[in-house]
Formats: sequence, C-alpha cells, structure tokens
Amino acid sequence: MNITLQVWRQAGPDVPGGFRTYQVDGISPEMSFLEMLDVLNERLGGQGEEPVAFDHDCREGICGSCGVMINGRAHGPQLGTATCQLHMRKFENGATIVVEPWRASGFPLIRDLVVDRSAFDRIVEAGGYISVDTGSAPDANLIPIPKVVADTAFDAAACIGCGACVAACPNGAANLFTAAKISHLNLLPQGQAERWTRTENMVEVMEEYFGSCTNHGECEAACPKLISIDFIAMMNADYIKAKFNNRRLVSQN
Amino acid sequence: MTVHLDSKVPEGPISDKWENHKFSIRLVNPNNKRQFKVIVVGTGLAGASAAATLGELGYDVEVFTFHDSPRRAHSIAAQGGINAAKNYRNDGDSVYRLFYDTVKGGDYRSREANVHRLAEVSLNIIDQATAQGVPFAREYGGLLDNRSFGGAQVSRTFYARGATGQQLLLGAYSALLRQMEAGTVRLHTRSEMLDLVVKEGRAVGIVVRDLVTGEVASHSGHAVVLATGGYANVFYLSTNAMASNATAIWRAHRRGAAFANPCFTQIHPTCIPASDEFQSKLTLMSESLRNDGRIWVPKNADEARAPDQIPEADRDYFLERIYPAFGNLVPRDVASRAAMRMVDSGKGVGPLKNGVYLDFGVAIEREGRDAIADRYSNLFDMYDRITDEDPYRVPMRIYPAPHYTMGGLWVDYNLMTTVPGLYSIGEANFSDHGANRLGASALMQGLADGYFVLPYTIGDYLADQLGQDVVPTDDPAFTEVEAEVSGRVDGYLSANGSRSVDWFHKELGKIMIEHCGMARNQSGLSKALSDIPALHEEYKTDMRVLGSNETLNQGLERAGRVDDFFELAQVMCLDALEREESCGGHFREEHQTEDGEALRDDENYAHVAAWLWSRDPDKPELVKEPLEFDNVALTARSYK
Repeated sequence: MNITLQVWRQAGPDVPGGFRTYQVDGISPEMSFLEMLDVLNERLGGQGEEPVAFDHDCREGICGSCGVMINGRAHGPQLGTATCQLHMRKFENGATIVVEPWRASGFPLIRDLVVDRSAFDRIVEAGGYISVDTGSAPDANLIPIPKVVADTAFDAAACIGCGACVAACPNGAANLFTAAKISHLNLLPQGQAERWTRTENMVEVMEEYFGSCTNHGECEAACPKLISIDFIAMMNADYIKAKFNNRRLVSQN
Repeated sequence: MTVHLDSKVPEGPISDKWENHKFSIRLVNPNNKRQFKVIVVGTGLAGASAAATLGELGYDVEVFTFHDSPRRAHSIAAQGGINAAKNYRNDGDSVYRLFYDTVKGGDYRSREANVHRLAEVSLNIIDQATAQGVPFAREYGGLLDNRSFGGAQVSRTFYARGATGQQLLLGAYSALLRQMEAGTVRLHTRSEMLDLVVKEGRAVGIVVRDLVTGEVASHSGHAVVLATGGYANVFYLSTNAMASNATAIWRAHRRGAAFANPCFTQIHPTCIPASDEFQSKLTLMSESLRNDGRIWVPKNADEARAPDQIPEADRDYFLERIYPAFGNLVPRDVASRAAMRMVDSGKGVGPLKNGVYLDFGVAIEREGRDAIADRYSNLFDMYDRITDEDPYRVPMRIYPAPHYTMGGLWVDYNLMTTVPGLYSIGEANFSDHGANRLGASALMQGLADGYFVLPYTIGDYLADQLGQDVVPTDDPAFTEVEAEVSGRVDGYLSANGSRSVDWFHKELGKIMIEHCGMARNQSGLSKALSDIPALHEEYKTDMRVLGSNETLNQGLERAGRVDDFFELAQVMCLDALEREESCGGHFREEHQTEDGEALRDDENYAHVAAWLWSRDPDKPELVKEPLEFDNVALTARSYK
C-alpha cells in the first residue's frame, strides 16, 4: 500500500506547529497504524529529520497511552478500537490520512502528537477510590453482589483513560471519563459509604479542567471500550442527589 | 569482593515462618514513620500497591514512573486472572496445595519459604481487591467465580473478564491516588530512573531524567524500592509493552545488586504469530483460553485444507495426546515446547506456517456462543481486530512468544537486594517462580510483595536509621552519578552513526531468540556470547539519535534502554551456559529425556545462580545460594 500522511508537527507547547506531508510507500495491510508510524519514523531518521513523537506502550488497546485524531476521528474509523489496534487494511491504497493530536484545552500539547492528560489523575484523586487501608478488608465473599451489578460496574470500569471522549467532544468535556469512574464505584455496595462526597468532588474537579456536556454523544462513538453515555445520566442523577445529601450531612454536623 | 548470600529464611515449620518472622522483625513506631522517606520506582501492581500501603502506614513516599500516569504500567495488560487458595470451589484447594503447585510448577528452583508466604497472603489479596471495588466475575448468587489455569488441578483463579490486570491495577492506582490526596505520597510522572546512588554501601537515592525537559535530578531517601518489571524486551519481539525495559534493575546491578537466574525466561504458549517483518510486538491471548480451547495441528505436514474442512481423524490434539492428565492445561513451558516441536516438524498452520490451532468449536457446540462470549469476548474481539479472522468460526492461530522473566534482582526473605536499603518487588526480583511461572501467579506475586510483604519487612531496615537524615542531593555521591548519567545521555546524542536504535534492538533480539530462547545449546550460546559484545561495540559507534536532550525525545529514551539490554543479554547467555541442566523455561538441548522432556540435575544445580557485576561484562562473578527442600520432594515434573 502507498499512503500520504499529513501529520501535525509541533516542537513544543510554546512554538507554532503545522502540518507536514509525508509520502509513505510499501506499507503492508497487516500492519497496525502505529507500526506504519514506526516505518515513517525509521525513514525520517534516515533522512536526518526528527521522528514524529507519539504516545504508545502496550499496543494491545488496554494501557490507554496511544490515541490520535485520524481524519478528524478520535482513534480513527473503526468502532470500539484504539489507535494501536487499528490496522492499515481499514484504509484504501493511495489514501491521504490526516493525523493530529487530541485537541482539547484540558490536554495541553507537549510535542507533535503527545498531550498532557494528567487532569484525569486529578479527577480520580478527588474521590475515585474506596477508602480501605491495606489489611482491613473482610472476606471477599461476605458481600454477595448480583452478577448484573458486577457486570455493569465492569462495563464502566473498562475505561482505559485514553482521552478519546474528550478529544471527540465539541466542548472538550470529560463527562464520559468521569461518569465511568464514578459509576463503577457508585454501583457497588462497597462504594456506598463515599458515594455522595465522591460524586460531588469528582464532578467539581472535572469542571475545573474540562468543558460542559451538551449531550452530543460523540464520546460514546469514539470510546475504544464502547462505554455507554447512560453512565453520564447516572452521574448527573447522583450529582443532583449529592447536592441534597451532602448538605443534609453538613447540617447534621 | 565476594558476597555471601544470606537468604534470611526464618526458622521453624514452613507454615509458621512468616508469622514468626513478622513477630521477630523490628517495627517503626507510627509517629516515627513520617520521618522516613521511601523512594518507589515503578507504578505497576507491585509499585503502586507498595507505595499506597507505605503511605497508609505513614511513611513519606516518593513514587516515580516514566509513563504519563501510574495507570499505564504494563501490569494493566494482564488478562487471565489471579490465583488465591480460597477453596471457594470446595475442590480440595488449600494454602499448602497452592504452595506445592507453585514450587512444582517452578521446577523446584524457587525458595520454599517465599512461595509458602505467597500462598498464605494470596487470601488477603482477593479480600483487599474486592473491598477496593475491583469488579471480579461473579456467579448468579452474587459470589465470586473462579476458572482453572495451567499447572493446577483445582479452580483457584479469580478474574475480571479478560482484563484482570487492568482492574487490579486500577484498584492499586486508586489506592495510590488516595494517598496522594492524603499527602503521604508524591508522584513524579514522565520521570525515568537512570541510576542508583550508593553511599558507604547503602542505597541512598536515585538519579532520574525528566522525559519532557531532559533535566537530570537526584532524589534521596532512607530506602529505595525497585518495582520496574521484567526484561523480556531483550528479545525485541515479546508480549511486553514497547517501553518495558531493564535499565533500573541493570543500573542497580552495576552498583552492586546481584542478578539472579537471568536465564530463567518464560515463553508464553498462546500468542498471535508474527505476520510480517514490521511486527513491533506480539500480542498475548490469555492462557485462560486453554480452559475451553483445544490445541491441535494437522497430522499431515502437507495439509492444505481450511481448518473446518479437516476431519477429526486428520487432526492431532497433541497436548491431549502426550499429556492426558493435564491435557491442554499443562504449564506454559511444556505447552510452548510442544508447539515448537510441531511447527519445527513442518505441521505449522497459517500463511507463514508459524502457528498451531486453538479451537473453540467443541466448547461453542457444548455451551453455546453466548457462554463463550461471556468469558472471552474481549479476547476474541482483539484477535479479530489483529488478524481479521473471527475465532467464533475459525480456530485461532497461536504460537509461543517471550512473555515473562522469572530471573531478576536477587532478594532475601525481606525482599532486600545485596545492597542494603535497596529492595526489589514484583517481576523485577527473582523470588517466587523458580524456573517457570504458573499462569495467574504474576498478579498474585506483585500484589503480595506490594501490599503484604514489603510494608512489614522494610521496617526492619529502617528501624535502626531513626534520627538519621537522608543524604543531601548535593553530596558528591549524588553529583558524581548525575554527571555520569548526563555523560551517557550526551554520548548517545553525539554518536551520529548511520543506524537507528531500533535496528540494533531487532538484531539483538534475533540473536537472543535464536540462541537463548525456547531451546538452548552450548554452541549456540557460545556464538551469542561472541556476537553480542561485537554488536554492542558497533552500537556505541554507529547508533543514530536525532534531536536534543531538552525536549521530549523518545529515540533518546530508547537508546539508553537498548544499551543496557546488551549487557543484560550477555549475562543471560552466560547463565544459560553455566546451568548444565534443563528446568522450567530453561531448556538445554543436551539435557533431555528420550521423549524430549526437560532433564533436571538436582545434584549439581539445585541453587540460585546470582551474578555480581565486575566492571567487565564478559566476566561477572557467580555466587550460588543453595536451595533446600524440606517440604516438597524433588521429583521429575510429570503432567502425563
């Protein structure tokens, strides 16, 4: 296969960037998209041009490191597939492919296709956990959890934290990510004690960094784990309840 | 300098050792814990769980990862499950049985006391993870479900669909971030440890490079914990993540930490075969698939029919045939070598004839597509995305690939290396798996070390340092190492050679997989030992790294990692040459039974081979720790 790439190059956050066009010939359709970028980088190196920086690691679609905009779509054309699992057989021979970094103000650019997603860690820090010190846990089978509840919690917990939901959102909102983290814990019996403080705190940290949700649904379409926007509805419901519940708790103190 | 390896295994019956030890080691008073600073490098299962637990206990913890977030560590990719001797199935499991299976599975090359402790704390891990909200698979009654894994005849593996590692890591990560919020843990992301600092024989800190700004900086602590994973990427193509590397443990080795059993590497039987020369990594298909999948090859090497056209009579279910007792669930090393023999005899399947079939036809017929999808849908989907074949209809093609490294830094019972104050946990140490790791035991060991072992044992070392300040980072011990690190970085940038770092890495990988892979022999290893240093010399002068130190430079990051792989590769081959027996993942062709099974030599090789750096990579010093088996009888490992 022969393809033409238009790749966003930017040496750092404070210098202007722009598209560069590269002709990449002799690509195998069995290659993954990132292996195609490896080939580009190997060739650029041979010509004395600095390779294109992009985040990647496991190349199995689970670590959440990789992710670029491919022809304007987060992670490219294949549904439920992270960039590393996308293969060149999904493109036509002779195609032009536009490659950009995630573009969202919550994810400042570091270099080329690499952005800073540490705001996601700040959201989790605000309450994305169950407070249980090591050693204090009771026997695991003490609390039966209906299979359907455990399965739904897993569906939310499957989030890989790649940021495609934010990149796909016209508002740069992180509601799908935050909702997945909150719902995973709020669905489970172990998560009830901190349910209302968790929800309020995480939503409020989310709003410091990211835009607001207006129900476009682009996030669900871009999510490599196909996480449902139903979780956003659950988060919104819990957020309203949290506002009442938390105030009631305050008045009791 | 000769080091005496004191394993510090406590006295007493095997089942009392850990209890007795916890009582006899020194403790640090809760109010004094905050005076101690502990550095943790790596945020996988072992590192994140250790850092979180040390933070909960009140220690002042600084944790480092080269990723952009602690959640990216490669533990996240573990699929199948985690073992624990809960006996929820009522099928005869017990702590002793898990201990026994693990010692046997490791082909009698692990330390009994460590393995028994691992089996004991396996119970607590499941409780802890469940309390954190890890969504383990459940039955309709709401209780936890289990599956079987290789090397065991009981169902003791807990799982969360095909993403158990992800869910356990997210649990440990959430505990870690909770401690950051509490202020006991400080996190440094995109920071790579490039050297260890030792002063007056003790580990006192580390030197790291900020991967975004290039700044080289020192951090000091009362103790340093390395949880930096394994080194299977020395083979270039492996199931490890692209950035997984050995630099932290290798640099610690060069500063005095003994490296144990480097030749014990695991080739995992169920990976997707390579499709072309551009392949950048190999993808694992969880071992749990062997619960329901049947492995076979055509009986006839010239077979040209599609798999569904080949009748039963023309198929060879070779694992079921050779190992009727364990069938498709034999341990990984046994399954891998059997598949290799089939492919070598020309019966391989697929376009490159480089795989064997893993067939779910019978399971789907028996239980229905939905039941199979419920267990493995994400694995089946991943296989489909990579190969463009639907495993619900066409058998998967699989082939062994380097996956896990049982070798690592030598540690005593307290998980301390031969450098006082330097600890190593998880895959980075050598401790619990002997010559072969059983499936679903890596997650167990990483979390055992991090949650339940290191947080106790580290107190024993710290207790006598009460009142002592950390060594300041302007001490010559730090500034000299910083200068060395900066010198190395500048050296890579100024080499100006003609070949990329990746090219050299691929060449090194070819040497290693050919001569130090699934089967090894004296002449091959000797050849590798002359080829590797020659390639390393070429690397130093002919490598090409573009760009500068002061910005994100991924080529520069790789240059240092590959540099260290060369020296590690040498000691792996030396160790494989020295060990004149076959055991677990180490198969010496000179030492096999008539029907091709591994032949151990317990008389001469029932020991841990620990290597000490001597400044000359050709001549490290070998020190042996004899292994004593008081509980498990050494027998020929049979899965027939």
